[in-house]
Amino acid sequence: MSTATEAKIFEILEAVKDPEIPVISIRELGILQQVTIDGDQISVGIIPTYSGCPAMFAITEDIKNTLKSQGFVDVNVTLLNEPVWNTDMITDSGKAAMKAFGIAPPQSLSEQQVSCPLCGSTDTTCISQFGSTACKALYRCQSCLEPFDYFKCHA
Amino acid sequence: MEQALYQYALRLADSSLTMGQRLAEWCGHGPYLEEDVALTNVSLDLIGHAQMFYQIAVDLSGETKTADDLAFLRDAHEFRNPLLTELPRGDFAYTTLKQYFVDVFNLHLYQALSQSNHQPLAQAGKKALMEVKYHLTRSQAWCERLSMSTAEAKQRMQQALDDLWFYTPELFETDEVMRQLADDGVIADYASLKNNWQKQVEALLKKCQLELPASGWVATGGLQGEHSEHLGYMLAEMQFLQRAYPGCEW
Repeated sequence: MSTATEAKIFEILEAVKDPEIPVISIRELGILQQVTIDGDQISVGIIPTYSGCPAMFAITEDIKNTLKSQGFVDVNVTLLNEPVWNTDMITDSGKAAMKAFGIAPPQSLSEQQVSCPLCGSTDTTCISQFGSTACKALYRCQSCLEPFDYFKCHA
Repeated sequence: MEQALYQYALRLADSSLTMGQRLAEWCGHGPYLEEDVALTNVSLDLIGHAQMFYQIAVDLSGETKTADDLAFLRDAHEFRNPLLTELPRGDFAYTTLKQYFVDVFNLHLYQALSQSNHQPLAQAGKKALMEVKYHLTRSQAWCERLSMSTAEAKQRMQQALDDLWFYTPELFETDEVMRQLADDGVIADYASLKNNWQKQVEALLKKCQLELPASGWVATGGLQGEHSEHLGYMLAEMQFLQRAYPGCEW
C-alpha cells in the first residue's frame, strides 16, 4: 500500500465509472466532489445527480471496493448536500465519451436542438421526457431513424 | 421551533413519499413502454425528495432514528400528507391530473423553500425544484393531450377533475405553527402559494375546456393525521417488509 495523497486517491477513483454509463467516470460526471485524508482514514464526498438516483448505493460500494483493492481499507463515503449537481459539472471529456457511447450529451440551456449522436443530424424529436434513467430523455433521429438517449440539460 | 419544523418536514416528506409510491404502482401498467418508464422515473424523484425531507426531520429530532424508520415504521395517523396524495392511482387521466395539481404546487413550494433561511431546507428545495420542472412539463403536456383528444379521454379528464378538485384546498392548509414558521422566513407563505397555484391551474383547465365542479365535500384532516382509508392499505403494502423482517436491508 502506497501513502495516500488526495491526488493519488482521485487517480485511483478514475476507475469508478457511472453504473448506467460505464464509459464515464464519477469525476467526469461531477459526482465525485472531495477527498480528505486523516491519517489512515479516507473520506470521499459525493453528490447525487437526481435526488432519487438509485445508482448512489452501487457507486458508494464501487468506491469502497476500488480503494480496498489498492490497499485502502478505512474508507467512508458521504453523500453531500452541497453543491447541487447540474449538467455543467460534466467535463468536456465526459461529454465526448458519452457521445461516443451513443448518448447525446447535455446542451446548454439556450440550445434547443438535440443532435443525433450517431449521424449528427439535428432533425430529432423527443419521444419521452424520461428515458432509460431519470437523467435522460428518449429521442428519435428523423434522418437515420435511430432512437437514442439524450442526457438532459439540468441547470 | 424545532418541533414545528420537524412536523413540517414530515408533511413534505410524507406528501412526496405517498405520491412516489402511487406512481410506482404503475410499474408494468403504463399505457405504453415509454410512459411506463416516465411514470416510474418521476416516482423515483419523488421518493428521493421524501428521503431528503425525512433526513431533515431526523436531524431536527435529535433521536437516533433514520429516514427509513420514518418512512417504514410510522402508522397512518402519524402521516402528515394531505389526503390528495394518498388517493388510489385511478385511471391514467386521474393519475395525470393529480400529478399536474401536485407538480404546480411543488413548483411554487420549492421556489419559495429555496429562499428559506433554514439552510438544509433551502438546499433540498433547490434540488427538488430542478426536477419538478420536468415533472410539470410532462404532466401538463398530458393534461392537454388527453383533454383535447378523443371524447372518452376528455370525459375521463372531466371525471378526474370532478373527483379531485375538492381535495386541492387541503394542499394550502396551514396551522398556527406553520404560520409562525412562514412569518420567520423558514417556510413558504401558503396564501401566496395558493394564489399562484390557482392562477396557473385555472388557466390550463380553461385551455383544456374542462369545467370546474360547482360544489363538493372539501377534504381536510391530513395535517392532524386524520386520513382516508386508502393510506392504511398503502402503508400495509409499502411497510410490509420492514414490519415482517425488522431491520432488513438489501
